Formats: sequence, C-alpha cells, structure tokens
Amino acid sequence: MNYVIIGNSAAAVGTIAGIREIDSTGKITVISDEKYHTYSRPLISYWLQGKVSDKNIYYRDPDFYENNGVETVLGKKVVKIDAANKSVVLDDGLAVPYDKLMVATGSKPFVPPMNGLDKVHYHTFMSFDSVKTIRSELKDGMNILIIGAGLIGLKAAEALHEHNAKITVVDMADRILPSILDVRAGMKMQKHIENQGVKFILGTSADEFTEHSARLKNGMTVDFDMLIIAVGVRPNTELIADAGGKVERGIITDDTQKTSLDDVYAAGDCTVSHDASSDTDKILALLPNAYMQGEVAGKNMAGREFRYVNAIPMNAIGFFGLHIISAGSYDGEEFIDETENTYKKLVFRDNTLKGYILMGDVRRAGIYTSMIKEHIDLGEVDVEMLKEKPQMMMFGKARREEKLGGIIR
Amino acid sequence: MKKVYVNEDWCLACHLCEYYCAAANSGAPNMIKAFKNGKKPIPRIQVEEGSEVNFAVQCRHCDGKACVKGCITGALSIVDGVVVCDESRCVGCGTCILSCPFGCIVFDEENHRIHKCDLCTKNHGGEPACVQGCPNNAIVFEER
Repeated sequence: MNYVIIGNSAAAVGTIAGIREIDSTGKITVISDEKYHTYSRPLISYWLQGKVSDKNIYYRDPDFYENNGVETVLGKKVVKIDAANKSVVLDDGLAVPYDKLMVATGSKPFVPPMNGLDKVHYHTFMSFDSVKTIRSELKDGMNILIIGAGLIGLKAAEALHEHNAKITVVDMADRILPSILDVRAGMKMQKHIENQGVKFILGTSADEFTEHSARLKNGMTVDFDMLIIAVGVRPNTELIADAGGKVERGIITDDTQKTSLDDVYAAGDCTVSHDASSDTDKILALLPNAYMQGEVAGKNMAGREFRYVNAIPMNAIGFFGLHIISAGSYDGEEFIDETENTYKKLVFRDNTLKGYILMGDVRRAGIYTSMIKEHIDLGEVDVEMLKEKPQMMMFGKARREEKLGGIIR
Repeated sequence: MKKVYVNEDWCLACHLCEYYCAAANSGAPNMIKAFKNGKKPIPRIQVEEGSEVNFAVQCRHCDGKACVKGCITGALSIVDGVVVCDESRCVGCGTCILSCPFGCIVFDEENHRIHKCDLCTKNHGGEPACVQGCPNNAIVFEER
C-alpha cells in the first residue's frame, strides 16, 4: 500500500501512528510546504518566549520518520489532487501517486480586509517561520499592537511580554477569549493579564492603518513598532474543494475520516467535526482532536474500520501563570463557584454534565471531561461531590472499580 | 502487563503511599533527605478520602491513552506499555490533565510541568514504591 500524507503536524503524526498500528510495511510519504521536522505548533509562543529551545519545539524525536518508515518531501507545496489518476501534484510539477491519501492541511491565519493594511508591515502568528521572523525584528521595549484577543493573540502577548514589549490588544468583541470563557471568567482573566501591564481596547476595531499607527473606530489612535494580526484562522480546504470533494466551513468527512472522494481522508483543523456535547457540527481546531482524527483515519486507510466519535471542544491553556481548562458546551443549567483566584462553572443539561470551565484550580479536570464524553447520567454519581471537585469518589463503587481496573468504556 | 491496583476496602487513608511515591521520585536517596528543609516533593499518587471508603489513584496506563494522544509537545509517550513523561519537554499546558479520565496527572504549577506515575520504571524499578510502602496491602502490583 502506498500512503501519501499532505501536512506534517499533529493530524499527520496521528495518521502515521494509525497506519503503522495496522500496516508495518506500506510506503508512507509526508509532504509539507514547511521545511521543518514535525514541530508542535502550539509551542511557537513558548519558543518566542524563550521557554522552549530549538530542540524541544519538535513534536517527535529526530529519528521519528526513520523509525516509522516514512519518507518526507519537505518545503514543497501540493497544488492539486488528481483524484481520477490518484496522484497529487507538487508546485514543481512532480506528480506523486497514492493508494490512500490523507489531507491534513490544517488552517491558515485569517486576515480580514482592513483599510491601509496592504501598505503596512504586519505579522501573523501561526508557524515556526512566523515567530522566527518576529524574533528577528523584535527589539526590547517595543510598542506592539495585537489585533485579536483570542487564544493566539493572547499567547503572542504573553510571549512578547517576556521581551519587555508594551502591548496593546484590540478586539472587536467586548471580552477576551470568547471561544473558551464565559463573560465572568473572561473578565477575571482580562484583569489578570492587565495586571501584567498588557492593555486591552475592546469592542472596537481598526478603522485605518498607516505606517506605525492604527486609528480605531472608537476614535482612539494606537502607535506601534510591530503589528500582529491574530483575529482567527480558516481551514485549508482548497485542495479538496478543487478536486470536487465536499467542503462546507471545513472539509466534510464521515466518522472514519474519509472525505467524499474515494481513498481520500482528512483530519485536523481543516475538517468539520461533530461536537458530541452540543450535537452540532463545527470546526474543532484542537491538537488532541487532530491527532485522534488522524489516528482513526490511518487505521481506516490501512484497511481496518474504526470510527471517531465523542469529539468535544476542549482546551487547556494558561496566561501569565493563570491556568484554564474548559470543555464541552455551555448551554444549560449552571453551577458556579468562585473565589478571588479561582472560577468554576459546571453546565448541566439532560441530566448530564455538558460543559465546564475551571480557572485557577484545574486539578483533575479530566474527570469532568470523561463525564461529558461518556454521557454519564447524574443519577450514577454523587452530584454534591461532583460540584465540590473532580474526584473518583463521586462514582458508585461498581463504576469506580471498573474505571480504576483500567477499563475505558 | 503488571500494574498498580487498589483495594479500597483495605485503604486506611494513611497517605503513606504518597510519601513513598514522592520520596522515590524526588531523586533523594531516602525519605529523610527527600523531605529535608521543609521541601515537599510532589507525589504521583493521590489518596481520596471518603466517609466510608478511601482509595489511592494513580496512572492506570489505560488503553485509551488520551493523555499521550493529546500531548501538545510530545513529552508523553508509551515505553513498553508504560505511559512516561519526559519532563524536560513538558511546558505544563495541562492538556493531559484535561484528558485523563481518572484525574491521575499531577500539576506542578511552580515548575510549569506535570508529574505522573511511571510505575517506578525510572527510579528503582521492580515493585513500585507505593506498593512497597503500603502497610495494609491495599495497593498491589499485579497482572489482571
């Protein structure tokens, strides 16, 4: 069997693991337009911050490809999938044939049209190359304007703060981290980050950029030495769409991760996932999701049927030492417990836990995650214990013995 | 594969397993040195106390391996069936804490990393320290 994987991040590595679990001999070729050994994309901010070395940004050991019998074609871009002839075409014209193809193309920074932006120098925050460029232009004590108060923008802010940057973050939304936090937790985190010296201007957007300056719609002007656009990402779906495959907001797959094209699979941030906590389809641009989708796809590509179910939104992240773990959906009956330094929100619906936010104290959060993923009925647990903290004690003896006996349902 | 299992009917909640675990993983040669000068090395086993039962929880080295699959850095891996953490590669993001259905991964916020049970494969090997130190045979190391 001849496997070709487009992409070289978590979904691609998961695919390799999945294939090799079933097929130890088939040929695997990884093609990526980035020239690097597989690296951890979420670590780019840590690298910029100086907390992760050149060596430790890599997601797998240097001998990973060799140990898994993988050939790499790095620094070349796939420009076309020729589904009829089962090959992919590279930017240098070379056609690479496949029996089974994985499209793990991830996402790209979304840069909305903004007045004057085409005339100013700006950065996005998405790749090893992007942070290397930022690092090379960075000077101690710079004024830096970040557009976007989401996960990427604030991770960038944290990293740049380490370089004594004077940071202003502007976002159209009136609160930070809306994708993972509710209003109350968002305010707490905003205050925490402001205490580090980062300035937020929320509920407005840039009206016009001129060199080293942005005029905002609320009338304010922000001067900057460096501009970073981090308003969001968009899935890389063009290859599948151009080949006639089904694409909506992202690439559509079935739960074996197969696209609508024969022998073509997709995984990771470029795909649409089914969120089991809200029973809706959405893009879950999360590293664990990418790896696990890739792994399931790899097994199916190697001929053994597996299905990827029970995906939910989930995030673990921290800013300036304040940690957040959140998962699931926030639509339902709420239980909130708050102290000066911590915040806990549990969301119940249909007599199950559907979502949670933990901030400050995130210990053992995965027990809550498992409640959501396993759809465990609240009748099976001691709800007071559940509310108190994540603990195995809340389960009945039988369920606990089954779990701690090492069996996952 | 031999793993650590707990008999909750026999656990006295004495927390000795936590001390033995912490000492064994502290790098110190013995318990006294491990806890010297008010140092509190972090155990990878945690005792839950209840009104009727108590039990210790530590990594199940389970089949799901959600922690390894979700690890953003590649710090977590599987060596001969044992889930191990290369702490030099961990940044303490907490994705494994988010993923572990048993709440077995221990957060070391101060050092921006996690700790987890590796069945004592990285220190003395053989029967894990928690099992050796349990005075009531509530923790066993066996094949199931």
